[in-house]
Amino acid sequence: MRFSAKSLFKPALASAAALVLSATASAADIKPAVVFDMGGKFDKSFNQGVYDGVEKFKSETGIEYREFEVTNEAQREQALRRMAQRGADPVLGIGFAQAPALEKVAKEFPDTRFAIIDMVVDLPNVRSIVFKEHEGSFLVGVLAALASESAKVGFVGGMDIPLIRRFACGYEQGVKHVNADAEVVQNMTGTTPAAWNDPGRGGELTKSQFERGVDVVYAAAGGTGVGVYQAAKDAGKLAIGVDSNQNYLHPGTMLTSMLKRVDVAAYNVFMDSMNDEFTPGIQVLGLSEEGVGWALDEHNESMITGEMKAKVDEVSAMITAGEISVHDYTSDNTCTY
Amino acid sequence: MSTSNIELPAWVEVILIPILNIMMALFFAGLIILAIGENPVEAVGIMINGAFGYDEAIGYTLYYTTNFIFTGLAVAIAFHARLFNIGGEGQAYIGGLGVGLTFLLLDGYLPAIVLLPIGIIAAALFGALWAFIPAWLQAYRGSHVVITTIMFNFIASSLMVYLLVNVLIMPGSMSPETREFQQNAWLPFMHELLAGIGIEVTRTPLNLSFILALVCCVLVWIYVWKTRWGYALRTAGQSEAAAVYAGIKPKKIIIITMCISGALAGLVAVNEIMGVHHRLLLNFTAGYGFTGIAVALMGRNHPLGILMASLLFGVLYQGGAELAFEVPKITREMVVAIQGLIILFSGALALMLRPAIVRLWLAVRPGGVPKHG
Repeated sequence: MRFSAKSLFKPALASAAALVLSATASAADIKPAVVFDMGGKFDKSFNQGVYDGVEKFKSETGIEYREFEVTNEAQREQALRRMAQRGADPVLGIGFAQAPALEKVAKEFPDTRFAIIDMVVDLPNVRSIVFKEHEGSFLVGVLAALASESAKVGFVGGMDIPLIRRFACGYEQGVKHVNADAEVVQNMTGTTPAAWNDPGRGGELTKSQFERGVDVVYAAAGGTGVGVYQAAKDAGKLAIGVDSNQNYLHPGTMLTSMLKRVDVAAYNVFMDSMNDEFTPGIQVLGLSEEGVGWALDEHNESMITGEMKAKVDEVSAMITAGEISVHDYTSDNTCTY
Repeated sequence: MSTSNIELPAWVEVILIPILNIMMALFFAGLIILAIGENPVEAVGIMINGAFGYDEAIGYTLYYTTNFIFTGLAVAIAFHARLFNIGGEGQAYIGGLGVGLTFLLLDGYLPAIVLLPIGIIAAALFGALWAFIPAWLQAYRGSHVVITTIMFNFIASSLMVYLLVNVLIMPGSMSPETREFQQNAWLPFMHELLAGIGIEVTRTPLNLSFILALVCCVLVWIYVWKTRWGYALRTAGQSEAAAVYAGIKPKKIIIITMCISGALAGLVAVNEIMGVHHRLLLNFTAGYGFTGIAVALMGRNHPLGILMASLLFGVLYQGGAELAFEVPKITREMVVAIQGLIILFSGALALMLRPAIVRLWLAVRPGGVPKHG
């Protein structure tokens, strides 16, 4: 369909289109679409990572993409279906919550390519991309334990769901790997999706953790993290960012960021589709696939000592080699390791 | 001269004033759309086409409408007893718990014909239960329902999160939600029913609960205006002293009315859980309980008005989503702003134009002294 429509229009628009087409040879070939989830594309974290990825694709290829931000449960299916109906291909769904909707729609449109981040949908036309957040969290846990002078570190989660407990559990394991006696103080911001975007509460939780002796805090809380980082800056303590590289937010108190490369994943979905290299199936992106990691850049290089870097590189190599296996909270819904 | 007690003909109150209010809201919304460099007329066109233009659009519009009817009726019936139930959100949420628990227990054993009514009753019962506690506190302890019901929204939310995250979650699932119910627990979709009688329509979330909502409109109308209980309810609402004098027990009225109100709100779960999602999940209420307040205000607490207001909100939700879909510059936040303007002008400022219209009416009305209501 897509190709016939293109060849139909091409002669008529030849002169006008030639200019555009010469710049981006395959611009007309794909009509990518992305459906952001409730956090919205400017959440400074997860969705925004995807936004950065697809924007990069757009600026490199000149191909426009369709987008939609859902506001309630029923809209996920609706938006995905509308995208597919309008001939969008590939259609990228963001977040585990879109899985049931994407599964339904992907069955209805077997010739359209779909992709989903953070969840597995097992269909022949779907690429599922999941991350081993526990491995990345383990690494920043190691860094936190090394940077902490009080042997007390903190964790501020967003909404209390298994996914976030997976971050917390990986982090705890990393901390204990360095210092088995270290204490990890954990707080979840809330129990509703509002917890993803409550910097005020994030800041309060962080302050109370500081009062209990914590001197490094890791936030896996979407937009709430902004409050956590601010509180750390105000108190002169250290904070660790999440998903995107957030080191730039407060150079000097941002120890590092746990990177979850959703931007690369999203970019690859579009890029592979354009190059006809789209592969369905499950992609599990952990440390060895460079899907997760920790951020070292000009904003935090002065805080990461050679010793710390050596240790975290060592641990990283051990995880990649399988010598350390990081327990995944969601495998059995407990954090026993 | 006070104009508030001058009676206007029903068509002016129920049709003309709401339409004028909406026009004013659309005017200001148009200014916003102009300000970001888009064509407001085109935007309204997309919105209306997105809400009514094709069968899928109508399905989604009516699906949203269903929720608003339930929550709007819930607020309205309490309002007639001068109770301000702003706990619809929590009551709907707990209604979902009722459906979820029943179906998780029973869906393997019972046929749909038995199971579905049980689900509806469970939704209503749990919703009523969640309203009963604030009602009892109001009646016998004098704790104001506005405070207690809004607090109960938070308790409901925390309870549901606790249960879904720790107890009811499907093992191995990332989202805090239960397993999918078996097919015999699914309320039939409209597109399935229509296909059964030979009409093909696109698949939408619209399901049988829309009919239930319409039935509830009629039942509420009969209850409030055509029964002794309704008379007692309205009397207690108008004047507690008069009610006592007439042998009506206001405490009992508070409890019964709040329970009915909670049951109506709980029926949102019939649409969402039994009809659409087929599993219990977090935040399926998505603010419908709160929007119900605006719906009731706008519908003047009358079932017919609520039906119209619900339809309007259905149009705003579905047409608004379509607008955000079609016009990239109009973001979902902008859509919320437009919806907010309509609520502002039709709810909060609903009576702003009334004095002017009354004066106009008195001027053009064919003869006679103002009739006092």
